[in-house]
Parts: sequence; structure tokens; C-alpha cells
Amino acid sequence: MSLWNRHAIFEKNSIILIAGILAVIAIGGLVEITPLFYLKSTIEVVDGVRPYTPLELTGRNIYVREGCYLCHSQMIRPLRDEVERYGHYSLAAESMYDHPFQWGSKRTGPDLARVGAKYSDDWHVRHLIDPRAIVPQSVMPGYPALAETDVDVENIAAHLRTSRAVGVPYTDEQIANAKVDLKAQADPDSPDADAFQKRYPKTIARNFDGKPGNPTELDALIAYLQMLGTLVDFKLYDEKANLR
Amino acid sequence: MTTASIGSKSMTIGEAILAPLFLVLAFLCLIGAAMAHDTAFAFHASLGCVASLLAAFAIINGYYDRSAELPPQEINGRPNYNLGPIKFASVAAVFWGIAGFTVGVLIASQLAWPALNFDLPWTTFGRLRPLHTSAVIFAFGGNVLIATSFYVVQKTCRVRLAGYIAPWFVVLGYNFFIVIAGTGYLLGVTQSKEYAEPEWYADLWLTIVWVTYLLVFLMTLIKRKEPHIFVANWFYLAFIVTIAVLHLGNNPAQPVSFLGSKSYIAWGGVQDAMFQWWYGHNAVGFFLTAGFLAIMYYFIPKRAERPIYSYRLSIIHFWALIFLYIWAGPHHLHYTALPDWAQTLGMTFSIMLWMPSWGGMINGLMTLSGAWDKLRTDPVLRMLVVSVAFYGMATFEGPMMSIKVVNSLSHYTDWTIGHVHSGALGWVGFVSFGALYCLVPWLWDRKGLYSLKLVNWHFWISTIGIVLYISAMWVSGILQGLMWRAYTSLGFLEYSFIESVEAMHPFYIIRAAGGALFLIGALIMAFNLWMTVNASEAEETEAAVLLQPAE
Repeated sequence: MSLWNRHAIFEKNSIILIAGILAVIAIGGLVEITPLFYLKSTIEVVDGVRPYTPLELTGRNIYVREGCYLCHSQMIRPLRDEVERYGHYSLAAESMYDHPFQWGSKRTGPDLARVGAKYSDDWHVRHLIDPRAIVPQSVMPGYPALAETDVDVENIAAHLRTSRAVGVPYTDEQIANAKVDLKAQADPDSPDADAFQKRYPKTIARNFDGKPGNPTELDALIAYLQMLGTLVDFKLYDEKANLR
Repeated sequence: MTTASIGSKSMTIGEAILAPLFLVLAFLCLIGAAMAHDTAFAFHASLGCVASLLAAFAIINGYYDRSAELPPQEINGRPNYNLGPIKFASVAAVFWGIAGFTVGVLIASQLAWPALNFDLPWTTFGRLRPLHTSAVIFAFGGNVLIATSFYVVQKTCRVRLAGYIAPWFVVLGYNFFIVIAGTGYLLGVTQSKEYAEPEWYADLWLTIVWVTYLLVFLMTLIKRKEPHIFVANWFYLAFIVTIAVLHLGNNPAQPVSFLGSKSYIAWGGVQDAMFQWWYGHNAVGFFLTAGFLAIMYYFIPKRAERPIYSYRLSIIHFWALIFLYIWAGPHHLHYTALPDWAQTLGMTFSIMLWMPSWGGMINGLMTLSGAWDKLRTDPVLRMLVVSVAFYGMATFEGPMMSIKVVNSLSHYTDWTIGHVHSGALGWVGFVSFGALYCLVPWLWDRKGLYSLKLVNWHFWISTIGIVLYISAMWVSGILQGLMWRAYTSLGFLEYSFIESVEAMHPFYIIRAAGGALFLIGALIMAFNLWMTVNASEAEETEAAVLLQPAE
């Protein structure tokens, strides 16, 4: 009886076949995924990475909703041309609070990992409403509706609470004041602006879309874009300490 | 059996449980629609309510319509095959295929002529692209897989499909999932994980449908009349089980509210990326490869009337393929913030994957031994064989692109898109078309197809479309990659990003034209299949050829 005939045990018993399949497909995933949860070297030790403010989180959800990740990556590879074009290569730590991650897989448009503070708010307002008004060769869709839609302020605390449930370290105070903070970041003259800055140090509070009134989806999206890649100060970052 | 009277008729356990369950579900959906936090959720809950009511009605009505006895397992000693759900899935596959290809042509045109985005929220590239990918992979491909797997498992086990309501639940429930997912994308409901975009409630529903699918398939295998499980069924089983594992691993999420569409995924950052591409690459490996290899293992031998080339090769090929594929995910994350050890593992296994892939290709192609002349006379067989050739090409290109230095050029560019489409249009598309051309006359009991000439037209128009598509993407992808890394003699980056965008324009037009040809081919197929069902003569006697076991 040759070894080949032994295979009949799988061919004659569907439960053994299914058990065999499960065992074989489990190995690769277990070896590649589980260590990422306990190896300390997976995520670098850096200063500055913080959870998103309520307005930024709202903007990020708009970025997800519109499928921006389908044309824009947020992952700069450690290659000479990418570092010169986009800035310091991306660290795992910079997306540690990203649920879901937005690294992307295609660059129909440029990488956005460090687009924050690269252009003015006004540039973003005009570019998002009509990209070809600013960049004639662009193939990006326009998003005029964002400027006319107010963000959903009412449910924002639930978003922060849910984020905390999946591991983002929002404090009780941040959750309790989510609605106030959401409005305050887009209205620097509001009486709540100081308290907002205390809860989220070193953030930008501006009227991003330049229009008075409730924050719009355009405010939120630009607030998100303007902070992308700005959290880590690479003058202080110790590359050698995080070699892996 | 035939003497049972109407008076002794009683509901099956399935009918008795499912009919009230669907009524409860309809009520819950109604509450969900009334109290929803966002319009998309309200819309989907309303759809769920209507669908549940229809399901409850269908079950109760089906009970009153049927005779006291359920359909017999055998008639005159021959299995009484259950073909209804297969017919539905075949028609759905053709419908979704054409819908998915049309959206594909539209979004390809949007990249060439951005005015076609219309700047409305529902018609932008970002919302239509998931609609395209889901429509072609899960709606078209998924229905082909469900149809063929239900057909093949019955024929090769020589028993009727397990379950009475369950097969219909799988087919209709799966297509309901497609409707929820597709309309969701247009309304901006997405969790942004590529090929796993549907939100938590669609994922939950799919889980129920998929487990039922597994049970129907498995129970049919268990009650088989053949001693051996035919090789195609190994691949179908691996596809169904692994997709269940991948779906559960990639999608655990916490909804913001059980009355709203938005959720936050349990995994974050680098772990989420690894989970996503473990899922994403194996959606290719198990949905688009293992499942369609099962089609190859049944339909090519059947159509060529030759046995499978090598039984031993199919054993090695099967176990090696499913073992190696699952490791390949990290090649989507080369040079990213994923740790290097994981990238290296992903690359190594991706290269090794070339071997079982070509083992499968050889097994498929060599099945034609002694029947190569049929390629001249049978365009359906030609389509099946060319699909295997495309499979071989794509599975050579894939391992090559997974090598890190190659990937540093190809990643983020159109080369990846071209690679995917040589697999998707050439392999998955053609093997599906070939299977549908075989399946439709068998299911509707027709002598043959309405027109082989039209199959020939379909074959050539689509092949030219594929060649245009993938060569345009090779050129544009490599051009893009080279422009991004080009330096002047003074050491400055030579091109701004927008110059690379501008350079893509002619290739995007050629690509859209290639896609349009592929769509025209599919429309010809739809016409041909329609005429086969509605204008051909019915076959008088069923062909007595029964498939032999794998030995």
C-alpha cells in the first residue's frame, strides 16, 4: 500500500477532510498575526501620537466614507524618492489609534501621510470643492456637498466611547465634552476653545472652511487632513532606538 | 410515498421555525427603520423588513402549495437533483456580471475623464469602486461559485442537495447581502477594508448565510453515494471553510449604535493592516482561486470528455496551495510599517506559491491530452482552457511582484491593477463564462447552446479587451513607478506627482476601451444564454454520462 493510498482517509471522510483543511490554513495566519500583538518591537516608542479630536475623527470618518483611501495612500515607504517627495517614512506608531487603518494600496493621487500643514486651509477648501480649479490635470472628483452639510454633532460622544471600547485611550473627560470640543475646534473664538486646548494639547483650532456657523463636513475633513503626519516631531525622534 | 393524503401534511421543523422567525425579524427591522440614527440604516432596515416578510410569505405559501411529501431523494433509482436554486444563482451571476462590468467601465472612464464623477456624493469614484469590486467578485463570482458548487456536489456525490429550504436560503440570502452591500456603498456605508467594505450588520447576515452554505455543502457530502469525495469538492470545501475563517477574523467590529450603520473595527493600525491583507490576499486565494479551480476540475474534464491528467498532482497541488496561500498576505505591505520579519515571510511564501499554482495549471491544461483538436471546434472548451492559461500567467506575475525590489516599483501603481485584471478577467471571468455555457443547457435540459458562433465572438472580443486592458496597465504602471523615482543629473526628483497623473491619460482611455470590449462580450453571452433557454429545443433524453470518481 503506497503512501498515495493513505490520502483516501481524506477522500472518504468529509469531517476529516474539513479538519485537515482547517489545520493547514490555520498555521500561516497564526504565525504571521499573533506575534504582532505581543512583540514590543512591532510599534515604535515615540512621543506625540494622540487620539483624534472629535472634529478630526469626524473628518476621518468622512475620508473613510468617501473612499479616499482608494486613490491616496497614507504610508510613506523608506525609499529615497518617497522620503524626499513626502517626508519621513511612516512609523507604525503613527497609525496605532487608527480603526481602521488607512495605509491604502494605490496612488492614483499622491500619498497623504504627511499632507498636514503642507497647504493652506483655503487651498483645501477650493481643491475639495473643485480640484481642477487648482490643479488642472487632476482626475479627482469634486466634493461640493461637503461645504453644505453640517456634521452630526449629537452622536459624537458615542463615537469616542466606541473608539475607546476598541482600544483608543480617550479619557472620561474627553468623552463627556465631545460635543463641546467638536464645535470649539472649528470656532477658535468660542468660550470653550481654551478648555478644548487643555484636553487636546498642541492641536489646531481654526475655522477651517472659513464660513461662520456650525462646523461643516468640509471643516471636519480639512481638520483631519491638516493634522496628518504632524504628531511626531522627527527632530527629536531617535531612529536607532527603534531599529527592528 | 405517493399515496399520502393532504390530511397528514405537516410542516417540517425548518418551516415551523423559520416562518415565525422571519416574522420576528421583519418586526425588528421595522423598529430599526423607525428608530434609525442615519438614513442608510433606515433604508437597509426597511429592505430587511420587506425581505423578511417576503421570506415568511414564501415559506408559508410554499407549505400550502406543496404536497404532503417533500420532494423525493430519488426517482426510479436515480437521484432527484435540486436544480431550482442553481438556476436562480446562474441567472443572478449573469445579471451581476453585467452590472459589475458596467460599473467597471464607468469608473475606468472616470479616471480618463473626471467630469464623469458628476461631483454628486453617490457617483464619485470612491463610492463606485467598491461597488465594482464587490459586484464582480462577490456578486458575479459568488453566484457562479454557489451555482456550480451546488451542481457539482450533487452530480459527483449522486445525491440530492441536502436541505429543503436551506439551499434557497443560501442563494436568496446571499443575493440579499449583495443588495445591502451595494446600496450601502452608494450611500457611503463602508468600513474601508478593501473587499470587506460592508458594515457590521451586513457582515452578521453574511455569516449566517455562509454557515448555512457550509452546512448544505457538508451535509450533501456526508450523504453521498460515491465512496470518494471528488477533487472539485475538496477545493469547494476549502473555499467555503476558509472564507468563513477569513470573514470572521477580519471583521470583528463594535457598532457605534445598534440602530446606526457606523462601526469601529476591533483591530488598529499595523495589526489591522496585517489582518486586512491576510483576508484580502486570501479572498483572492480561496474565493477567486480555490473556488474557481474546483470549477476547472469539474468542467474541463467534463467538456473535454477526458479524465483529469494526474490524480497525484491534484493531491499535492491541493494541500500545497491551501497551505502556502494563507502566508502570502504581507506582500501587500512591503516596505510599510509592518515589521520586516512578516514582510520577508510573506515574500518567501508568495514565491513558493508559484509551484502549486502551476501544478494546478498543468493539471488543467494536460487534461486536454488527446483532445487538443477540440479547441478548434468547441469555443466553450477554448474559453475554459484559455482561462487556465491566464491563471498560469497571473500566478507567475504575482510571485514576481511579491519580490521586494520589484514591489518597490510596482506597488501603489497601475501595474497591480493590471495584474489583478489578468487574473480577474482572464482566469475568473473566462472560467466562469465557460462554466455558465456548460451549465445553462444542462440545467434547462437543452440539447446545446443557441449559438456556438456567438460564443466564438464572445471569446475573441473579450480576449482583445483583456489584452488591451492589461498591456495598458503594464505600461502605465511601470511608467508611473519610474517617473516617481526618476532623478535629474543634479540629484532632484525629476517629475512632480501631477506630471505622472497627466502621463496616464492615454493608457486610461485604452483601459476603458478594453473594459468596454469585455462588457460587450458578456452582453453577447447574456443574449446567447437567454436564447438557449427560451428558443432552443428541449432535450428528449438526458445524457446518460455520469462522472466517475477521482480514482
